[in-house]
Amino acid sequence: MTSTQRQPTQSQPAQGQPTQSRVQDAAQRSVGTASPRIEAWDKVTGRAPYAVDHPVPGAAYAWVVQSTVARGVVVDVDTSRALAEDGVLGVLWHGNAQRLESVGDPELMVLQSARIAYRGQVVAVVVATSPEAARAGADLVRVREDGMTSDTVLRIDHPALYQPVQVNAGYPARSAIGDVDAGLAAAAVRVDATYRTPAEHHCAMEPHATTAFWERGCLVVFDGTQASTAVSETLAGLFELPPQSVRVINEHVGGGFGSKGGPKPNVVLAAMAARLVGRPVKLALTRQQLFAVAGYRTPTIQRVRLGAATNGRLLAIGHDAVSQTSQLSEFVEQSAVLSRHMYAAPNRLTTHRVVALDVPTPVWMRAPGECPGSFALESAIDELASAGNWDPVRLRIDNEPAVHPEEQIPFSSRHLVQCLQEGAERFGWTDASGRVVRDPRPAVRRDGEWLVGTGVAASTYPSLTWPSTALARATADQRFDVEVNAADIGTGARTVLRQIAADALDVPIAYVEITVGDSAIGPATVAGGSMGTASWGWAVTKACRLLRERIERDHGGRVPTGGVAVRADTTLEIRDRPEFSRHAYGAQFCQARVSTMTGEVRVDRLLGVFAAGRIVNPTTARSQFIGGMTMGLSGALLERSVLDSRTGDFVTGDLAAYHVAVSADVPRIEVAWLDEQDPHLNPMGVKGIGEIGIVGTAAAVANAVHHATGIRVRDLPIGLAQMIGKLH
Amino acid sequence: MKPFAYQRAEAADSAVATISRTGAAYLAGGTNIVDLMKLGVTAPDLLIDVTGLPLRDIEALPDGGMRVGALTANSDLATDPVLRTRFPAVALALLSGASAQLRNRATIGGNLLQRTRCRYFVDVTKSCNKRRPGAGCAAREGEHTDLAILGASEQCVATNPSDLAVALALVDARVELLTEGGPASMSVHEFFRLPGDRPERDTNLPPGALITAVVLPATPIARMSTYRKVRDRSSFAFAAGSVAAALDVRDGVVQDVRLAYGAVAHRPWRAYAAERSLRGAPATVDNFERAADEELAAAKPLRDNGYKVPLIRNLTVGVLRGMTEASW
Ligand SMILES: Cc1cc2nc3c(=O)[nH]c(=O)nc-3n(C[C@H](O)[C@H](O)[C@H](O)COP(=O)(O)OP(=O)(O)OC[C@H]3O[C@@H](n4cnc5c(N)ncnc54)[C@H](O)[C@@H]3O)c2cc1C
Repeated sequence: MTSTQRQPTQSQPAQGQPTQSRVQDAAQRSVGTASPRIEAWDKVTGRAPYAVDHPVPGAAYAWVVQSTVARGVVVDVDTSRALAEDGVLGVLWHGNAQRLESVGDPELMVLQSARIAYRGQVVAVVVATSPEAARAGADLVRVREDGMTSDTVLRIDHPALYQPVQVNAGYPARSAIGDVDAGLAAAAVRVDATYRTPAEHHCAMEPHATTAFWERGCLVVFDGTQASTAVSETLAGLFELPPQSVRVINEHVGGGFGSKGGPKPNVVLAAMAARLVGRPVKLALTRQQLFAVAGYRTPTIQRVRLGAATNGRLLAIGHDAVSQTSQLSEFVEQSAVLSRHMYAAPNRLTTHRVVALDVPTPVWMRAPGECPGSFALESAIDELASAGNWDPVRLRIDNEPAVHPEEQIPFSSRHLVQCLQEGAERFGWTDASGRVVRDPRPAVRRDGEWLVGTGVAASTYPSLTWPSTALARATADQRFDVEVNAADIGTGARTVLRQIAADALDVPIAYVEITVGDSAIGPATVAGGSMGTASWGWAVTKACRLLRERIERDHGGRVPTGGVAVRADTTLEIRDRPEFSRHAYGAQFCQARVSTMTGEVRVDRLLGVFAAGRIVNPTTARSQFIGGMTMGLSGALLERSVLDSRTGDFVTGDLAAYHVAVSADVPRIEVAWLDEQDPHLNPMGVKGIGEIGIVGTAAAVANAVHHATGIRVRDLPIGLAQMIGKLH
Repeated sequence: MKPFAYQRAEAADSAVATISRTGAAYLAGGTNIVDLMKLGVTAPDLLIDVTGLPLRDIEALPDGGMRVGALTANSDLATDPVLRTRFPAVALALLSGASAQLRNRATIGGNLLQRTRCRYFVDVTKSCNKRRPGAGCAAREGEHTDLAILGASEQCVATNPSDLAVALALVDARVELLTEGGPASMSVHEFFRLPGDRPERDTNLPPGALITAVVLPATPIARMSTYRKVRDRSSFAFAAGSVAAALDVRDGVVQDVRLAYGAVAHRPWRAYAAERSLRGAPATVDNFERAADEELAAAKPLRDNGYKVPLIRNLTVGVLRGMTEASW
């Protein structure tokens, strides 16, 4: 279709007088069109207000005081010197804080007891007329702590490890099919290896920050959150307020990566502080404070066992994952879950065990489970390929399952094989006829002091959908307002939702205004689990289609004076979906080099090919894939949070010590996607794309490093300290 | 942050007088001291901003040396064409440091006085003998992957983080000062020190003294010098290890050689033992290896920084070998 057909001449809705006598159909589809982010100008010109940027008259500022022991009790808090400080309005601690009603997350029961469960836990909050005064006041609060012996180190033989009932996202902790030991015994080629991934921190640009105020019994907060519906419901519960009395606004959020997936102590503390001093309060955690308070990815220890017959068919897959949680609440990283569906094998076992330590509470971080899990599984597959002398791309293709190998349900769509083939050809792993041209021998390619190699890994991420509501309103023939409480954490959510709305209304995109980021719009799910576009988009689609139908049916295709509005809720549709295994898949290829002189590891090239349903907006999608792969690269080479076992805190607790990849580390990253049609997902046919990019990258890098040097690195990150002694 | 007073220095001598009297601190680019003030590591009552003083000249001396005003921006010196021919290692060291923005702001004098990046030094809730003498050293048994393998003491295992300092040690630079008693000067080797039992002292700079200039003495061999910095992150990271080297090989024999290591000790580490072993010896890989081993015989790695020993050894061999091949 060309853009000249039926295209209205004006691109902006005309003010006042309608120039047309009815709602005009769109000349072209918006979905699939590359378009820049709506808020891009506001962001780059500094106009987009984040949580504490909102001008609120009379605001006071809060600063937190953190525990310095990993386990113990607060014996006493002396606030007298702080209160005497100029500008200090009040100090909150467990002795004077208001009582909160439990909503099930002990991490949010801030200042409710004397117990210290981890180092860095908030033990007091100072509120003052300026951030400087609040900070000075915080220095003057004397907290007397009684510390006890603490246990802060994750070990594979920790006596307190246990198997939980469930792991994150509600999966069972264990799955078993057939007999793994028997399968391994029968195998001609075996791998049994243990992989370790470190604790990692999200380090979103915007810190966890809140502006809160109370007005006639209602609580209003601007919060940097990925889930303002959840935050408002939680606050209503904690403060025992009717749900409609709490409003949470998150118009712009400066990244989250999962750390803002649910309410965090900052939002509760800001609300308590605002009530204490009777004026609005702004609370922004510092980078250093975030390392304890805002969550992190747990370290993992994973054992993978694979056994294959002489023809490369897997006979057994075993994946046992160990992770940590805090003494406050149980979070279990679902690292072994991807091994339940990646490859076919008659004998299978996945297990998860966790131990509660005196450490901060881990949380979702971009692709929880799949990210560390894929490092282990996809490294092990590469080890198997080496051991059996199989091409690693071919080995994966040969073990492609026809249905979900554990649940025996069909895949809604699955194009891993095509991603591998397409990627292999683009990367130069195979030639145009599909013949492997890559030399499999490790440690034979030299470029000066560098050894060069290539590696591959598969990616996957579930395609989740969660009920949401949306509102569509027409006020004129060329004016449609669509509202959905999505969170745009820098992904382009509002931009793609507007595209989806335009298509569902079948009107030109210029007629559509989109509003997101306000709990008052109505319930909607979190910007997490890569399910935003699917979930919000479905509600938007439903509301918009109903609205257009109603305009056509009840109003003869004209928007009546006074407008029409439709609210939609997708709870029933989602509940009634047929059973399918719904996942996105992908393949990542890496070329890496390792200096024989210094052990430095550098990545030359990354290529990702993904099959992730319909791509709504190539511009923002590309950024999501590249962003995920960049973060994966960063995790492969650099990121690690080092916990001091004696004190129980992360000593790498700022960006001077917690290194993330910089531009110079990031090579050419190429991204491609297949045109995947999947009718079993949602009306838009979309799978999530926010997380899959980080899944498999670390294994692709590690596999490339092995191909370059012959050295197998099973502990992330892959640093020069690991390489230096082993290179010749 | 504790409130503090701020003054602009009118003249060098009055600034020196005030600092010597009050224990206030100089403020140059502020890229290190302001961070440390924010962290509570240092808390001067008064900052005297010296950036207005006329100490920014880069002079090419007729004898082949150079004099660099202490307030010269790192980036200005790094791009100086004379420096790049006479002292390439110094230019490379500067360019390997920090980021472009920081190098524009950071001064040469400030660079020499930047403080260690030891994680326990910058965290006031932890014990550190450098920050609080007698408090103990949490790094020795803690996170010390970046810390010293040479010349450390029971009290302190910190490293000097400066790249520039390593190149200056290579060329026997001198630091010119203004003290209460008048102008003075000291060799960069006397300037930096090992921690011993006074880890709170990074340098032997007399109290209150203002660095006015750094002098690079005429050093013909420095024209064939280089600097190689190693780190996991390709940019914007301190060194895991670094080497500055200058080499003069004729007919396959080492006429003269200089070597200095960074990120291994409390001071830039001039590898005199290795130099001695190489002077007059054939420029072979075996000899480079032996020289590195002689220098590193004194290394006492901690639990998690042992990788620095093979790293420095490889660097020594690799860099010298590269320079030898280049000189063919
Ligand atoms: C993120 C980051 C990364 C960095 N990476 C590197 C790196 O890779 N390599 C590297 O070498 N450096 C690195 N640096 C350090 C940087 O080089 C130093 O911070 C800078 O050189 C200090 O210079 P300044 O002028 O800003 O000093 P200031 O911060 O102003 O002062 C530092 C100290 O020197 C004193 N002082 C300053 N000038 C004088 C003078 N003329 N006489 C006497 N005392 C004086 C001050 O009182 C203060 O104690 C990095 C810094 C940052 C923040």
